[in-house]
Amino acid sequence: MRQVLNVLVENQFGVLARIAGLFSGRGFNIKSLSVSETLDPSLSIMTIVTEGDEKILEQITKQLNKLIPVIKVIEVGGKPHVERELILVKVNAKPENRAEILRMVEIFRGKIVDVSSRTYTIEMTGDEEKIRAFLELIRPMGIKEMSRTGIVAMIRG
Amino acid sequence: MKKRTGAQILLECLKREGVEVIFGYPGGAILPLLEEMSKWDFKFVLVRHEQAAVHAADGYARASGKVGVCLVTSGPGATNTVTGIATAYMDSVPVVVFTGQVPVSLIGNDAFQEADIVGITRPCTKHNYLVTDVRDLSRIVREAFYIASTGRPGPVLVDLPKNVLTAQTEFHYPERVEVRGYKPTLEGHLPQIQRAASLILKAKRPVVYAGGGVIISGASEELIRLAELLDIPVTTTLMGLGGFPGTHPLFLGMLGMHGTYQANMAVTECDVLIAVGARFDDRVTGKVEEFSPRSKKIHIDIDPTSIKKNVYVDIPIVGDCKRVLRRLLEVINSSGVNPEEYRRRLSDWHCQIEQWRKQQEAFNNNYNRQGGNRIKPQHVVQKLYELTGGEAIITTEVGQNQMWAAQYFKVNHPRTFLSSGGLGTMGYGFPAAIGAQVAFPDRLVIDIAGDGSIQMNIQELATAVQHNLPVKVAILNNGYLGMVRQWQQLFHGRIYYATRLGDWNPDFVRLAEAYGAVGLRATKPEEVEPVIREALRIPRPVLMDFWVEEEENVYPMVPAGEPLTKMILL
Ligand SMILES: Cc1ncc(C[n+]2csc(CCOP(=O)(O)OP(=O)(O)O)c2C)c(N)n1
Ligand SMILES: [Mg+2]
Repeated sequence: MRQVLNVLVENQFGVLARIAGLFSGRGFNIKSLSVSETLDPSLSIMTIVTEGDEKILEQITKQLNKLIPVIKVIEVGGKPHVERELILVKVNAKPENRAEILRMVEIFRGKIVDVSSRTYTIEMTGDEEKIRAFLELIRPMGIKEMSRTGIVAMIRG
Repeated sequence: MKKRTGAQILLECLKREGVEVIFGYPGGAILPLLEEMSKWDFKFVLVRHEQAAVHAADGYARASGKVGVCLVTSGPGATNTVTGIATAYMDSVPVVVFTGQVPVSLIGNDAFQEADIVGITRPCTKHNYLVTDVRDLSRIVREAFYIASTGRPGPVLVDLPKNVLTAQTEFHYPERVEVRGYKPTLEGHLPQIQRAASLILKAKRPVVYAGGGVIISGASEELIRLAELLDIPVTTTLMGLGGFPGTHPLFLGMLGMHGTYQANMAVTECDVLIAVGARFDDRVTGKVEEFSPRSKKIHIDIDPTSIKKNVYVDIPIVGDCKRVLRRLLEVINSSGVNPEEYRRRLSDWHCQIEQWRKQQEAFNNNYNRQGGNRIKPQHVVQKLYELTGGEAIITTEVGQNQMWAAQYFKVNHPRTFLSSGGLGTMGYGFPAAIGAQVAFPDRLVIDIAGDGSIQMNIQELATAVQHNLPVKVAILNNGYLGMVRQWQQLFHGRIYYATRLGDWNPDFVRLAEAYGAVGLRATKPEEVEPVIREALRIPRPVLMDFWVEEEENVYPMVPAGEPLTKMILL
């Protein structure tokens, strides 16, 4: 089972190490992790995508809650929510492929953010599904480099 | 307002926390603090190894219920505390460890005697801090004690860079502590408690399985009331010994790998299992899939992560054991249940348990009959129990000695049986006994030891002598790392590889004397009693060397990973 957790933490040094250490020390899985500041500068928010059976997911939430600098753990996964990730992909832009690439970028509402004689760099946002679909289509062009932010998520309403 | 140094602020905070004793060891990084401390009236117990400082603080804490405090220097002083900290962490002991650190400006530079102790101890502390600004110091110390001693207690480490100790600031003591990410749940959820009560009242074969949480929360009295009201038999874990009186007719003894036959059979056959302040450790459950297979389970614990971690429970109750048990008793009392009638319903169950108990007793008598002219280690513990009238604080090392102590010394009071249960740290018992003796100078404190374990912190004889701590050590000297040898005998083809100590053990009696303590020896069964009597008479540290049967095994035994019913009785 996949779970998406929003974890509100104290914005202090060492907190990321505590969370990462918890996952590695107990053999939990981190599929994606992103950290940023919140409106309250004393807090950070982490979105963690993880995987496990029901018992493991319950342990993950409980163990996170047990860490002193963790203020709140929100199980976003179980509720209606929005997920987004931003990716940068550098693809080979052979002259014969350029039109095709542009068309795909347009269909997926991406952007070309850098152009060189042989490559395009594409910026794209979406949920996991959309990004996977886009990458599958673009892969035959030859992906030279890719960087992803990890998922951020928010409950609807 | 007059400014004060970090060292002064720290000591002022310790005073306000009620700290009287500090276990520690000096070094360069904490010199400013020691200089300041010389002007105060703390009792500083100088140990001979930093690991022992933490175990001693741990023993002090377990025996007294107060927070144990340690102070060590940076680098190797700090890394030497790790085993002690991990031991306290596994057994939920409130200890605050202060470590020296290189000045903030040098951190990260591989400076002399620098170690990233906050990084190293992150997974084995309840929480830890690096103080980078003297203005944070009083708040952090306050939080450290608060976190260590509340909720599920545990060790907290505070790393003190040298420049923070000398820097000056105005002193503000935070009267209130508020840690927004830390709010332990104390009161159990009432509807859950009501569900638990009605489950218990329907039971025909109930049993209580109590752990260290009962002792930590001071819930023994409530547990006894619950058991006596409904005639419910009680078994405890190693950590729970003393949480329910060892001589109580409803006590089944310890359960688990070396638990009694009646305890293991009762948890296997019960229909309602009431787990209180316990965590379903693998040494308790055996093969977890077959643990108490037909019971409905109630689990009371302050730590939500302990619940449903290893075993599914039907009624989880997060809360402080004492408060939850109180509530549970209220609910049961007001339920209109007729206790007489309830107890009558349990008579078959008690008959069954009595039969199991008889089987166990038949086995107990067996070892006596085997006799011969070697001392039986069980006999030594039995005699210690009889000659002290059970009134002693017992600490143990780890191995066979620990299990025999647990099986043969009936513990009647909470906080009088101190043993490294979770981590199983050899070398724990002696320094822990020193800590307990510091907490209670007038009580009898005995470390039941093995010849292997005692050598892990034997240097603390000097500490005991220096501080006039009349701790008694009873070495069950079998010439082996006995528990490992037992496993080699039973499961690894009887090949005693790397477990023989006998020929190279020191002469413990002369060793004790060399340290200025008293050494006594018994090599024959009839010498056991006189040696114990003599030791109890001497108001100084005494080390008793009992030459016991070398290849005696601890039984009953459930082989690791087997269900509790696969007990080897003899
Ligand atoms: C620090 C540490 N190292 C290793 C072990 C593994 N171990 C468990 S019991 C044991 C033997 C203990 O020997 P001894 O103290 O003589 O006790 P006995 O079992 O003989 O009573 C060992 C080596 C341990 N528990 N702790
Ligand atoms: Mg031994």
